Amino acid sequence: MSDTTAHEEPELIQLLTPEGELTGHPDYPLDISAEEIRALYRDLVLVRRVDSEAVSLQRQGELGLWASLLGQEAAQIGSGRALGERDMAFPSYREHGVAWCRGIAPKELLGMFRGVTNGGWDPHEHGFHLYTIVIGSQALHATGYAMGVQRDGAVGEDGTAVISYFGDGATSQGDTNEAFNFASVNNAPVVFFCQNNQWAISESTERQSRVPIYKRAAGFGFPGVRVDGNDVLACLAVTRAALDNAREGNGPTLVEAFTYRMGAHTTNDDPSRYRASAELDEWKAKDPILRVRRYLENNGLADDAFFASVETESEAIGEQVRSECRALPDPEPLDIFHEVYAEPNVQIDRQRSEFAEYLASFEGAGAEGGR
Amino acid sequence: MGTNLTIGKAINAGLRASMEHDPKVLVMGEDVGRLGGVFRVTDGLHKDFGADRVIDTPLAESGIVGTAIGMAMRGYRPVVEIQFDGFFFPAANQTFTQLAKMRRRSAGKLSMPIVMRIPYGGGIGAVEHHSESPEAYFTHTAGLRVVTVANPEDAYWMIQQAVRSDDPVIFLEPKRRYYEKAEVDTAAPIEEATPMGAARVARHGTDATLLAYGPMVKTALQAAEADTDHSIEVVDLRSLSPVDYPTIVESVKRTGRLVIAHEAPLSGGPGGEIAARVTEECFYHLESPVIRVAAFDTPYPQSRLEEHYLPDLDRVLDGVDRAFAY
Ligand SMILES: Cc1ncc(C[n+]2csc(CCOP(=O)(O)OP(=O)(O)O)c2C)c(N)n1
Repeated sequence: MSDTTAHEEPELIQLLTPEGELTGHPDYPLDISAEEIRALYRDLVLVRRVDSEAVSLQRQGELGLWASLLGQEAAQIGSGRALGERDMAFPSYREHGVAWCRGIAPKELLGMFRGVTNGGWDPHEHGFHLYTIVIGSQALHATGYAMGVQRDGAVGEDGTAVISYFGDGATSQGDTNEAFNFASVNNAPVVFFCQNNQWAISESTERQSRVPIYKRAAGFGFPGVRVDGNDVLACLAVTRAALDNAREGNGPTLVEAFTYRMGAHTTNDDPSRYRASAELDEWKAKDPILRVRRYLENNGLADDAFFASVETESEAIGEQVRSECRALPDPEPLDIFHEVYAEPNVQIDRQRSEFAEYLASFEGAGAEGGR
Repeated sequence: MGTNLTIGKAINAGLRASMEHDPKVLVMGEDVGRLGGVFRVTDGLHKDFGADRVIDTPLAESGIVGTAIGMAMRGYRPVVEIQFDGFFFPAANQTFTQLAKMRRRSAGKLSMPIVMRIPYGGGIGAVEHHSESPEAYFTHTAGLRVVTVANPEDAYWMIQQAVRSDDPVIFLEPKRRYYEKAEVDTAAPIEEATPMGAARVARHGTDATLLAYGPMVKTALQAAEADTDHSIEVVDLRSLSPVDYPTIVESVKRTGRLVIAHEAPLSGGPGGEIAARVTEECFYHLESPVIRVAAFDTPYPQSRLEEHYLPDLDRVLDGVDRAFAY
C-alpha cells in the first residue's frame, strides 16, 4: 500500500476558518475590503437560492433534471470572481456559481435542464463556454483555446487566461490527462480547477485516484495546489494567483478545491444509498456561507439591515427563477433542423421540407385530429 | 499551365495555398512537423510556416481533436492529421460528441472550421489498424461533412475548399492512391473548381451507372473500360455527406442500373443508404436492383489476404454482370 491515498486531508490553503476567523495565508496575501467580502456573501447566498429554486422546479416537473451546486458555492464564486473580463471559462454542468459570475442569467441555465435548448448562451459574449456533459471533454477545449491565446500573443501582464472546471471523477478520464499534458508541453495559459466534492455520483474519490489529485500535476510538470474549497477567500486568492501566473506566460496550474457536494449528484440520485449522514453533518459544519456570515457578524462588518436586504433579494430571485422557468417557450418542431451546419446541406434541407409538409398536413385537422 | 502532381503532393500544395491565404490556418498532428507526416503530406510546411502554425502534438488523438476544437473557438482554422484511419478511434468521442454537435449546441454561435485529414483504406500491405475504411461512422454523424478524393485535381482544390468551410470536414485521403499523378492547373481561381459537395461524372455511359469514391474510383474506371459489352457510366461520389443525390439520380434515370463499389464493409456501409434512396427515387426507372460490391463484414484481414478482401476489378465486373442479369 502506498502511504498516501486520495482522501488524505493534507494542509489546505485556507484564509477563513469555519468559525469565521480570518487567518490569511503567507503565500496568498489577499487585499480585500469589507465591501468586497459582503459582495461575495451576497453572491453565495443568491446562487444557493437559484440552485434550491431549480431543485424545487425539478420536483414540480418544470425541469427534467438539475445538478445541484449545494456546498460548492465558495469554490465557484471564489474562482469565478477571480476571472477577468477577457478570461474564458470552460465549465462542466454544475458550475451555476461560475455562470453567475460571468453574467449568465439564471433562466439561461435552466433551458438545458428543461429541455428547450442544448446550450443557451453565447460563449464568446460571456467568456463562458457551454455546459459540457461528456466528462473531461472541456479540459481539452480549454487547453486548445489557451494555445490559441498564445498564438494571438495575448499572454503577458494584460493577457488572457483560461480556466477549465471539472470534478474529481473527471480526473480519471483520458481527456483530462491529455489536457494536462498538452497544456504542459505547450506552456499554455490555462488553469485546471478541479472541484473535488468527494463523490462522482456514488463513487468516492478513492475509486478515482490513489494519490491526492493536486499531486498529479507534478507528474505533468506544473504546480498543483489544494485549497479549502469551502473558503471563498482562499478560492479567490489561489485562483487569482494561478490565473495571473498563466496570464504572464508561466503555464498551467492545477487547483484542487477540496469541498463537498451537500446535495444529491442530480435530482435523479439518491445519496442515502452510498454515503453516511454523519459525513454530511461533518461538512455542514464547514458550510461555505456560514463562515463568511460569522466573519462579517463577529467583526461588525455587516448589520441586520444588510443581511435582510440580501434575504429580500434572494426572495426576489427565487420568484424570478420560478416565473422565468415556466415562461421558457418550447422550441418549434422545425428547430430540429436548425444550425446543424454552417453551410447549406441538401440532405437536411430536404428532410426539413418533407417534415414541414408533413406537419402542415395536420393544419386545420383540429387539436385532436393530429396525434 | 498545369503542374504534374501526385495526390499526396497536390494535398500538400493545397495546404500550402490555404496557409498562405489565411494566417489563421494551422496544421497539427503527430509527426507533421519536421518529418512532414508519415506520408510526407505536410512536407516543408513546418520549415516555411514555423512550429507555431505546424504543430507537432503529443501522441494523443483525443487531445489533438479536443485542442483543435478549443483553437477553433479562439478563431483558428486547424487542419488536423490523424496518422492512420485505425487511430481515429481514440478521438471518436471528441469528434462525435463535441466537434459534430458544437454548432447545434451553441444555436449557431460557434463554428467548427476544422478539417480532419485521415489517410484511409487498404491496399498498401500494412499491419493491422492501418487499413480501415471508417467512413460510415462519420456519415452517420450529423454535423460533419465527409469528403474523399480520387485524383490530384480534386485533392488540390478540395483540401482548400475544406479548409475554407465553416463546418467540420472529415477529409479522407485514399492512401494507396497517394502516388497517382496528373496535371493540375494550380493557377486557376478556386471559385472555378467543382464544389466540394458535388458528385462528378468521371466517365459517360448509357447502360449502367457505376458509383465509387476515393480509392475505388480508379478500379471503377478500369472496370468500365474492361466491360466492352456495355457502356458504363462512372460517377465519382466525392462527398459522402451530404450526398449529391440529384447527380446520381439523374445518371441512374438515364442508365437504368446502379452498381455501388466501396472498400468499407457491406453492412451499414454508405452503399446501403444510397441504394435505398435511389430505389425510392428511381423505382420505375430501374431495370435491376441496386447492386453493392463491398468489403466483407469482417475485420480488415492480414495483408496477405487483402487482395481478396478489397473489391478488385473482377469483383466490380462481377457486380456489373449481376446488374445485367435481370
Ligand atoms: C464520459 C461520461 N461518462 C459518464 C457520464 C455519466 N456521469 C455524469 S456525471 C458523472 C460523475 C462525475 O463525477 P465528477 O467528475 O467527480 O463530477 P461531479 O459530478 O462530482 O461534479 C457521471 C459518471 C458522463 N456524463 N460522461
